[in-house]
Amino acid sequence: MNAMRAFLRLTGIEILLYLREPVAAFFTFAFAPLMLILFGLIFGNEPRPFYGGRGMVDISVPAYLGMIIATVGLISTPIATAAGRELKVLKRFRATPLSPWIYMAAQIVTYYLVALLGGVALGICGRLLFGMRFDGNPLWVWIGFTVSTLAFISLGFLIAAVVPTARTAQAVGMILAFSLMALGGTWVPLELLPASVRPISEGLPLTRVVLLMRGLWAGASLEAHWKDLGVLLATLVGSGILAARWFRWE
Amino acid sequence: MRKVIEVRDLRKAYGSRVAVDGISFEVYEGEIFGMVGPNGAGKTTTIECLEGLRRPDSGQIRVLGLDPWRQGQRLRERIGIQLQEGGLPERLRVEEALRLFAAFYPRPISPEALLRRLGLAEHRRQAFGQLSGGLRQRLFIALALIGDPQLLFLDELTTGLDPHARRAMWDLVREIRAEGRTVFLTTHYMEEAERLCDRVAIVDRGRLVALDTPENLIRSLGAEGRVIFTLEAAADLSFLAGLPEVLRVERNGARVIVYGRDDRLPARILEALTQRGISPLDLRVERPNLEDVFLKLTGRPMETSG
Repeated sequence: MNAMRAFLRLTGIEILLYLREPVAAFFTFAFAPLMLILFGLIFGNEPRPFYGGRGMVDISVPAYLGMIIATVGLISTPIATAAGRELKVLKRFRATPLSPWIYMAAQIVTYYLVALLGGVALGICGRLLFGMRFDGNPLWVWIGFTVSTLAFISLGFLIAAVVPTARTAQAVGMILAFSLMALGGTWVPLELLPASVRPISEGLPLTRVVLLMRGLWAGASLEAHWKDLGVLLATLVGSGILAARWFRWE
Repeated sequence: MRKVIEVRDLRKAYGSRVAVDGISFEVYEGEIFGMVGPNGAGKTTTIECLEGLRRPDSGQIRVLGLDPWRQGQRLRERIGIQLQEGGLPERLRVEEALRLFAAFYPRPISPEALLRRLGLAEHRRQAFGQLSGGLRQRLFIALALIGDPQLLFLDELTTGLDPHARRAMWDLVREIRAEGRTVFLTTHYMEEAERLCDRVAIVDRGRLVALDTPENLIRSLGAEGRVIFTLEAAADLSFLAGLPEVLRVERNGARVIVYGRDDRLPARILEALTQRGISPLDLRVERPNLEDVFLKLTGRPMETSG
């Protein structure tokens, strides 16, 4: 089928282009493993009662997944999309018979796959270097990761739709991503956040990702996290609708 | 001749600014049709309405029998588009771009053949961000041709190119037409329109002010031509003003400029001079051109308007 060929070719090229962007590639594939190695070497992975009988690495890996998801969704997605609009790349694609839906699908799948690849790299690193524990159901973890990633890519497209330029996309994306990471328990475990910050933290979508991934990682069922999943699905649908409505090709 | 483009009473405004104010024309199969006018005359808006990238406020457009806005995707399978302002990802390489775009069309031309034809073969591994302006333009032409289009849209193809590259582009466009493709182009270079186009539509401030072959436009408007020469020795030239083809004579020392509207002006002057034993030095003929036509039609020269 013609549409399938266009989709596959475009997705392949977009992934290649993502890997050629050194900054994006570093923060997607290398940053989280490097942090894990650094803190793993400092704190080790001994089980501690404070972390519910788990080690630092055991709880950091699912939390760092949240960091990868936020980086790809809130930084890479809006910057690349707004830059594509600014540099008239989107317009050049529109001037072909390529369906706009296929174009968007290829973008979404690209960001999803690079996030997934980053997550897998992080997991392998935790397992091989620190003997990380994993008690979850792989299918559920994958579903949780997928919903979380799609929700943040969708937020990223919403940012791209409302900002005027790639520069503003970068500023908005980074401020948002770093505040969510700081408050969402990706860098510092949620348990260490001051009590006054906890209520704010719990209202943020990235906190939901971290809670969901930590829970699923430790063997909880999807049903046990229906609230987190619900918030993320609502984010996905809500920002998806707004992004589609406000999206500009030029 | 078969019509490939039909436009009737096209209008498009951006807020209160009217970009295209009721334009109608037809383009026939196999011609190079040019739309010329100053920047801001409405050329790009018109071409983008024809390509289905912009929605007209009113008017009827048919391109290859299709409605560009409603049937844009189907139309774009059969046309090639070179945008005035188009871009590609900085790190996308020349060959990758062609292979990617080839996947968007039902019956693409081989990317390899296009790379060679447009002199891009030795640049195939170069990233778009590193290409010079001329190479970028060649790549954009290649992308416009990759779908084997019946009709090609070229918006300000040669803007920003040096004269040598511009001439090479003209040859390329003539070649493309020789393959049986129709070409619709816009330019703000009158010389380009005159040299390259079979028919020219002159637009100004969103309106079509003239449409014909370049020769007819120049002739019908009776724009003035000039014959310029230098005298070797002082001579009485009052007889020149008596020639029926001559409108007036200007003298500046030994330098003489004779104005007239007739195609036979140079021959008549030379004949008259020779009869009186006067041999002019460095005689030069300046034919009226489309710049003069534009001036005549709008009362403003091309460069300062728009």
